[in-house]
Amino acid sequence: MTSHATALHDTHAHDHEHHDSGASTQLGFWLYLMTDCILFASAFAAYAVLFGNVNGGVAGKEIFELKYVLVETFALLFSSITYGFAMISGHKGSKAGLLGWLAVTFLFGAVFIGMELHEFGTLIAEGHGPDKSAFLSGFFALVGMHGLHVTAGLIWMAVMMLEVIKTGLTGRAMTRLNCLSMFWHFLDIVWICVFTVVYLKGAI
Amino acid sequence: MLLGKLTLDAIPFHEPIIMGALSGAGLMGLAVIAAITKFGKWGYLWKEWLTSVDHKKIGVMYIIVALVMLLRGFADAAMMRTQLAMATNGHLGIFPPEHYDQIFTAHGVIMIIFMAMPFMTGLMNIVVPLQIGARDVAFPFLNSLSFWLLVAAAALVNLSLGVGEFARTGWVAYPPLSELAYSPGVGVDYYIWALQISGIGTTLTAINFLVTILKMRTPGMKLMQMPIFTWTCTWANVLIVTSFPILTGALAMLTLDRYLDFHFFTSEAGGNPMMYLNLFWAWGHPEVYILVLPAFGIFSEVVSTFAGKRLFGHTSMIIASGVISVLGFMVWLHHFFTMGSGANVNAFFGIATMVISVPTGVKLFNWLFTIYRGRLRFTSPVLWTLGFMVTFSIGGMTGVLMAVPGADFVLHNSLFLIAHFHNTIIGGAVFGYLAGFVFWFPKAFGFKLDERLGKAAFWFWQTGFYFAFVPLYILGFMGMTRRLNHTDNPLWTPWLYAACIGAVLIALGIGCQLLQIVVSLRNRKQLADVTGDPWNAHTLEWSTSSPPPFYNFAKLPQVHDIDAFTDMKEKGVAYQVPQQYAPIHMPKNTAAGVYIGGFTLVCGFALIWHIWWLAIVGLIGIIGSMLARAYDNDIDYYVQPDEIEAIERERFEKMGIDFDRYDERDQGTARPRPAKTLEQV
Repeated sequence: MTSHATALHDTHAHDHEHHDSGASTQLGFWLYLMTDCILFASAFAAYAVLFGNVNGGVAGKEIFELKYVLVETFALLFSSITYGFAMISGHKGSKAGLLGWLAVTFLFGAVFIGMELHEFGTLIAEGHGPDKSAFLSGFFALVGMHGLHVTAGLIWMAVMMLEVIKTGLTGRAMTRLNCLSMFWHFLDIVWICVFTVVYLKGAI
Repeated sequence: MLLGKLTLDAIPFHEPIIMGALSGAGLMGLAVIAAITKFGKWGYLWKEWLTSVDHKKIGVMYIIVALVMLLRGFADAAMMRTQLAMATNGHLGIFPPEHYDQIFTAHGVIMIIFMAMPFMTGLMNIVVPLQIGARDVAFPFLNSLSFWLLVAAAALVNLSLGVGEFARTGWVAYPPLSELAYSPGVGVDYYIWALQISGIGTTLTAINFLVTILKMRTPGMKLMQMPIFTWTCTWANVLIVTSFPILTGALAMLTLDRYLDFHFFTSEAGGNPMMYLNLFWAWGHPEVYILVLPAFGIFSEVVSTFAGKRLFGHTSMIIASGVISVLGFMVWLHHFFTMGSGANVNAFFGIATMVISVPTGVKLFNWLFTIYRGRLRFTSPVLWTLGFMVTFSIGGMTGVLMAVPGADFVLHNSLFLIAHFHNTIIGGAVFGYLAGFVFWFPKAFGFKLDERLGKAAFWFWQTGFYFAFVPLYILGFMGMTRRLNHTDNPLWTPWLYAACIGAVLIALGIGCQLLQIVVSLRNRKQLADVTGDPWNAHTLEWSTSSPPPFYNFAKLPQVHDIDAFTDMKEKGVAYQVPQQYAPIHMPKNTAAGVYIGGFTLVCGFALIWHIWWLAIVGLIGIIGSMLARAYDNDIDYYVQPDEIEAIERERFEKMGIDFDRYDERDQGTARPRPAKTLEQV
């Protein structure tokens, strides 16, 4: 009887390994991030090819405001730090701490998106929309794709906050928060590349 | 406004051929629906198949989609050959250019994306988890979702036949032709969204299987001990994960060009059409290895099984596949040597292309050495394999020929190229899938396929292939280019007739295969496979029953060597009844994949026709179903030991093994495998 019970227990532990548990999910999510990385690489490559094709219109240095983008950048970088704090609170089992830090992260992310939308809006209003030149097409697509990812991350974050409020820090919630964490930091790294390749290089 | 660009004019009432095809397809669909209703099978179909997360059933459904799309793609091919045989000496044939252009585009897209890919994915679904001794894939729901995304995409392609039009650009959809200025209709939009949706499904499948392979191998199975088919699928999945996002990106850019007036690939405002070619083939070339590597794996399994030997050079086969995968990423430019990248760039890509023939040659010699001194049983999977070895070698050699940039300048976009890639894709990938189909059919369904019709199918395909494509090589040398609607060179005509006869022969081969399925279904009692190991094979999928129980393995096998099942048979430890069974954790079926696929279809269709409100509805539906699934707590259960015991008892009793007497405690007295004669196979 005892051995049977042990066997049963072992099987459970074993099978949980085998069925969509944290480790597999995180590996799968990591692989997804790598596919996303290649998607971004394609957009970067296209931007690099089209960079000089301004079609008689504006070039990067005429439209990029480095100071503005620097604030934007710090909003996103700080959001990565605060997400880290949220995960630390989560691992300590502090639901309130986790929710608080997630809220701060969300705020930073929202500031970033707001500033980006404002930048896009200003450019289009000034007549520098993506239809004007291949350079602007590449710029709007690359930066916009990153922005779309951050927006998806914000929606996901809101959903996770609701989940944690309702069901607490379950294993499932922590696995998902871990995946979102990877996603969020990944977008941060991509943004550093965007900042360097698009804005810094463009301002030269 | 409410229906975007969609009006009644979109339905081609004035085209008798299309309307005929539509009504034929409609009648067949109605017949199927009527039959399901008559036999009261809707509930069964929904509960046991459509909502299933069982990798074996999903695999079967993939292959059904592939076979249906094979018929559609082949119908396109038959129309092309008929047109070209008729439209000579002043005749214009039956298809005007604007229709003919859609046919060859649809043929290419369907055969690559909706026939070959699902066929490969289906075989991988059925076989890989069984080969590594897993009970399912890592993410069973995601697997179902991938399948339904493919179905949504395939539905879009078929919808284009009756509602609107398909692209007239060729299957590669090069800009600026595929841009709004030159393709203002919805054809290219159908193309974009069908490829985009199925591509996302494929990427998810690859992630799923990589995690499955890395995390869920049965105890003891080291990576280098995995069967070759699993290994070649692993490499194919690595290629999918690394190359499909590039296609996603390229299509997204084309979408932005067409929908939001961007200028990635336009011929104005600084756009660069040549960039599309680079992006497309940076996906497209790895894609051909995605198709052919699993086929190489199938040939390896078939050869080693029917030669009665273990595979020669297991490790070198794995490494050769890896080398092909890496090199496959370094040759994309050979698809457009004539674009003008300069002599040095062309030389680099030409040489890289030729180098790929080295690891491929290694494989060919491995198969030959496996056969050497074996006792090869000439079953139909073996015939496909031998046919492949000859045909693919020819295709490889014409490929090396075209890898010489100078020669390519002469042969580029000629029928020589068409002959070459059909030579490798049919002779390599399709022959492999058809071999795999016959080889694993008994595993999936519990009975073998009729051998006589199987062999007839092979000979029709094989001779048909040479009749259809050798003339194209010759026509290529005679200067005939691809995508011609009609010709006026009397010297070409006989060869066009010959190619048309080839298409008829292949049609007979397909007919034999359909008949083979019907006949085998009727004779399933005589063809039954009770042992689960009808071919005396090497790998773990044959150690369980045919068809396997839904949990695959009552007890996870312990692996000590390559060819784990042969190892067990040699040590006399195959077919052991365990002392006791432990509960098995299994996923529950879910309809979420069906719903998400349905909403994706709605969303894609709305985007094609610019029905924006409907696109938003579709998108909300997709996100809503995903969230509903994410917060569904009722997703898994445990199979109890008594249920497992009942299923296993039935299996062992069918095999004539005393279920109550033989178990692991009887060291060394496990019953030897039931005697089997060669006539059985």
